[in-house]
Amino acid sequence: MQLKTKHLLGLENVSSSDIQSILDTAVSFKQVLERPIKKVPTLQGKTVVNLFYENSTRTRISFELAEKRLSADSVNFSVSGSSVSKGETFKDTVRNIEAMKVDMIVVRHGSAGVPQYLTKISDSVVINAGDGIHEHPTQALLDMYSIREKLGKLEGLKVCIVGDIAHSRVALSNIFGLQAMGAEVSVCGPATLIPRNIGDLGVKVIHNIDEAIQENDVLNILRIQLERKARAAFPSTREYHKYYGITKERMEKNKKDVLLLHPGPINRGVEISSEMADGEHQIILEQVTNGVAVRMAILYLLGTRQGEDN
Amino acid sequence: MNIKAKILDQEALLRIITRMSHEIIEKNKGPENLIIMGLRTRGEYLATRLRDKILSIENVDVPLGILDVTLYRDDFRTRLKQPEVSVSNITFDITDKNIVLVDDVLYTGRTIRSALCAIMDFGRPATIKLCCLVDRGHRQLPIKADIIGKNIPTSINEEVRVKLLEHDGEDAVYLVEV
Amino acid sequence: MQTLLKNLRIIDTTLNIDQKADILIDNGLIEKIGTDIEVNDWNVDIHDLSGCIAAPGFIDIHVHLREPGREDEETVVSGCMGAAAGGFTAIASMPNTDPAADAAEIIESIITKSEKTPVDVYPIGAATIERKGEVLAPIGELVEAGAVAFSDDGVAIKTAGILRRVMEYASMYNAPVIEHCEDESMAGGSMNEGFNSTRFGLTAIPPIAEELTVARDIMMAEYTGAKVHIAHISTAKAVQLVREGKAKGIKVTAEVTPHHFTLTDDSLADYDTNFKMNPPLRTKDDVAAMIEGLRDGTIDCIASDHAPHSIEEKEMEFEYAPNGILGLETTLGLTLNNLYHQGVLSIPQIVEKLVVNPRNILGIPVPVIREGEKANLTIFDPEKEYKVRVAGFKSKSRNSPFDGHTLKGAPVAIFNKGKLVLSQVSG
Repeated sequence: MQLKTKHLLGLENVSSSDIQSILDTAVSFKQVLERPIKKVPTLQGKTVVNLFYENSTRTRISFELAEKRLSADSVNFSVSGSSVSKGETFKDTVRNIEAMKVDMIVVRHGSAGVPQYLTKISDSVVINAGDGIHEHPTQALLDMYSIREKLGKLEGLKVCIVGDIAHSRVALSNIFGLQAMGAEVSVCGPATLIPRNIGDLGVKVIHNIDEAIQENDVLNILRIQLERKARAAFPSTREYHKYYGITKERMEKNKKDVLLLHPGPINRGVEISSEMADGEHQIILEQVTNGVAVRMAILYLLGTRQGEDN
Repeated sequence: MNIKAKILDQEALLRIITRMSHEIIEKNKGPENLIIMGLRTRGEYLATRLRDKILSIENVDVPLGILDVTLYRDDFRTRLKQPEVSVSNITFDITDKNIVLVDDVLYTGRTIRSALCAIMDFGRPATIKLCCLVDRGHRQLPIKADIIGKNIPTSINEEVRVKLLEHDGEDAVYLVEV
Repeated sequence: MQTLLKNLRIIDTTLNIDQKADILIDNGLIEKIGTDIEVNDWNVDIHDLSGCIAAPGFIDIHVHLREPGREDEETVVSGCMGAAAGGFTAIASMPNTDPAADAAEIIESIITKSEKTPVDVYPIGAATIERKGEVLAPIGELVEAGAVAFSDDGVAIKTAGILRRVMEYASMYNAPVIEHCEDESMAGGSMNEGFNSTRFGLTAIPPIAEELTVARDIMMAEYTGAKVHIAHISTAKAVQLVREGKAKGIKVTAEVTPHHFTLTDDSLADYDTNFKMNPPLRTKDDVAAMIEGLRDGTIDCIASDHAPHSIEEKEMEFEYAPNGILGLETTLGLTLNNLYHQGVLSIPQIVEKLVVNPRNILGIPVPVIREGEKANLTIFDPEKEYKVRVAGFKSKSRNSPFDGHTLKGAPVAIFNKGKLVLSQVSG
């Protein structure tokens, strides 16, 4: 099914039929990943640039593998920090890359809105691999794929995103995507880590983790940022773990069968105990595998999209 | 589109399938080490019928695979519509097996080229043979079928439409003009 | 040299005049005001201005000239030419240059540079040395050099302690303290905090960061008896605080920028850095509060917060781009388009907000249209429709979000310092 969207900038304005197409197509690619030769020639001759202005080994490797397994030529362009510190403007960097004739740009940047800006200064297909604290659509799609694969559906499910919602791009994309697919989304965390206006997005706010466990089918546990700036928003990781950490005792106490997701990397002993991070409820490594399949589906659907029709 | 001729009716079609089943067994010197692999969409149903037929003749249940070659196509840049990807269904190891690839109509040979590439990515079979219900000519690649149901010479502005009960509600082969 | 401006509607709220007349100017002085003035001298420069209004010269009391320091973005001269093109005969310049306007020489140099232009520049001095909020600027010397007000604009005066001293000291000279109201500990975001900042994932400045400082400043003005002027007010609660302060008789005044009474943070959906400014664009309710504040007089004047930035600086990732947009050449158009034509303010009320009130805030003389006076006039056509073309701006910079907007109401010319300058804004 041809996607309506030409780029993947975020999930806020992506239709449920597009999300459905991506998730359905990813099923085929997951199968490719299970074969002895995990590669198909589909994007032969297409060039993809992974433009990473922020360190993110996982997302980058996942995209890189997805590209290579589709037989695209892929190049990594990593810059740590902003264009300002590099001495070349973002626009100049992009124009230089474009001059080398590329087809798609996968972009990760610390500043929100950069993927959108990129579509204005470039002719390439743009895929957002995370922009500031805005969106991380491919992560949300792989989360949704993983939930659907495990529970068979998204519609009607109750999903709670736990942790640092205020500094998370994963949260926002999950909220938009899951809501589009008919799931009921809530967020759980200390008040200082939840944006003041999140309720306006139709999201329920919970401050008690036990309540979150009892009310939901799925918990998507976000990484707690250990950097100084984010940490000023809660007293200590010890206190966070005590009141919001997912532990065996807490799960047993609530006697509830919930599916646990985590986008990684995990801070063991902070947002989730080691026991739970390796336990039966979680599908953390499955998410990583699915990440490649979902990204292959996105690259395929956008990279072979025909014409300008909508 | 207008129908120029009904080339095969159900009776003729079933007779051909029976003959093709025999030919498969004969060329493979028996049903051992054999895999029937149908190409989506109609090749899949033909393959299923061939498998069933072989079961009734030889009393051996030959493994059946289904291959989707969308990801291996060579026409992404020239097509008007993006092809929909669907899953292959090959739940067994194909290494050192004799594969019989089944499709409904053999035309340019490009789909078969895609299928051969796709199969190689699943493993290394001993042999691959091609079995097609209809060969309409106009090959663009050096590919030829080992087992052919019926040769139907066509002109370039004609098309062969295979209809199967499972998918189209009838068993028949038509020659149409486009 | 004589100039005859014919068929004008003259509006002067100080003299309570609203009449159709011609104005004959001789050597920069208003020689005669009357109907059907005839001159037979072919040397007289005659302009037929039917449909246009002449008012005393408009002043924009919030302009960043960027000289000294960033002459690539704006100079005193280019800023003055932009002001003239936008219908202003006077501007007040903000002290956040590099170095800051915290020394008499800088104030004097700005005035000297402006003398050759048709626009009067009234410099605002820094309130503290280097605008750091630690040591009082030499306010006495700055006043002597020509400074008319004091501000650390770009930031609020850092602490209540130093604010008190600035207010006490400035009030000896009857000079107002102009405050950029923003609590430092809550500052640093790229847009207004609210529903949209959650959606757009941008770091946000909460409205309360402005309101806390407005409240502090009004209380301090009451305590010290000084005059405080709230620059670029932008939130509904801040307007309410000013309204209450005025009701109590506290010497508080406020200005609003055209962008804060026309745009909301919905405009940021495309991450266009030409919509990034501080204070940020707020919500629909805040815009409504600006309109109401203008209507009921809580907001005394309109000022542009003209903040030029180079293309390189603005063409950047949203979070890294500097704050601020151009204003001199769109203020009059936006005011007429969005306030006059929407029935919010009458022409005489607009004259109050762009001529009389801002000069009273700064304590400088208000020009009048009377025979024998210096001709200091703004001429504008309230009915003219045109498309804003940033490419034609006199300013050195191009960072306006209004490029391509169609506006009704345009500056036509100014007359000041003996010179008639025709505007090309509406070309």
